[in-house]
Amino acid sequence: MEFIRAFIVGGSICAIGQILIDKTKLTPARILVLFVILGVFLTAIGLYEPLVKYGGAGATVPIPGFGYALAKGAMKGVKENGLLGAFTGGITGTAGGIAAAVFFGYIIALVFNPKGK
Amino acid sequence: MQQNFTNQEYAKYVQKKSPNSPIIRNIIIAFIVGGLICVVGQVVSNFFKARGLSTEQVAGATAIIMIFLGAFFTGLDLYDSLAKYAGAGTIVPITGFANAIVSPAMEFKSEGYVLGVGAKMFVIAGPVLVYGIIASIAAGITFFIIGIK
Repeated sequence: MEFIRAFIVGGSICAIGQILIDKTKLTPARILVLFVILGVFLTAIGLYEPLVKYGGAGATVPIPGFGYALAKGAMKGVKENGLLGAFTGGITGTAGGIAAAVFFGYIIALVFNPKGK
Repeated sequence: MQQNFTNQEYAKYVQKKSPNSPIIRNIIIAFIVGGLICVVGQVVSNFFKARGLSTEQVAGATAIIMIFLGAFFTGLDLYDSLAKYAGAGTIVPITGFANAIVSPAMEFKSEGYVLGVGAKMFVIAGPVLVYGIIASIAAGITFFIIGIK
């Protein structure tokens, strides 16, 4: 059942993140950076694709999945456009997500106000 | 009590004294919440797949929806309330990336729309994009040099 697989794979990736938060001095920002680089690296050496095949959104929704989309885009770019594609491919592959993050991030920040902490 | 602890000794001392038990609980909550967010992603992804979108279109559309949801629930102040308990379960999914954009942007609105909202949006998202994009270009160049398939 694909929902259970997504749950287990996604949950496991988050659990690894939680272990890093609790057991090391890494801040959440550093863990996000680490995870995105890890996603790119694992995709480049061919290890992340099988995880995506198995876990679906469980592998693509966590932040290493963003690295996966970047690396996959870069690899596709190189296939189609050579060296130019190495530069354009990553952002092409993640354009929707990056644009949405800027657009919705800005609009929501504009419309809503922070609640008293 | 001696006052001349070195930093390392002090860190060890604090670690010994601080409770150890919540770590397992934190990990389980992160697993459950993170897993559930991914299940939501799977539902969204299946919806687009059923509408006949290609694999790449499904990935892009799902990312857009998940980012919207993360940003929206941050605006409602629900995401941060959940994050207090769920830790990495809310930080690691892409919705947490959206949360990392909206949260500081709202917080620093008082500093103006350019250096407040516009700049602070990228306090955490910026480094993620910087390192992610550099890594992807490095991977692309590597593939260009060694050749793929």
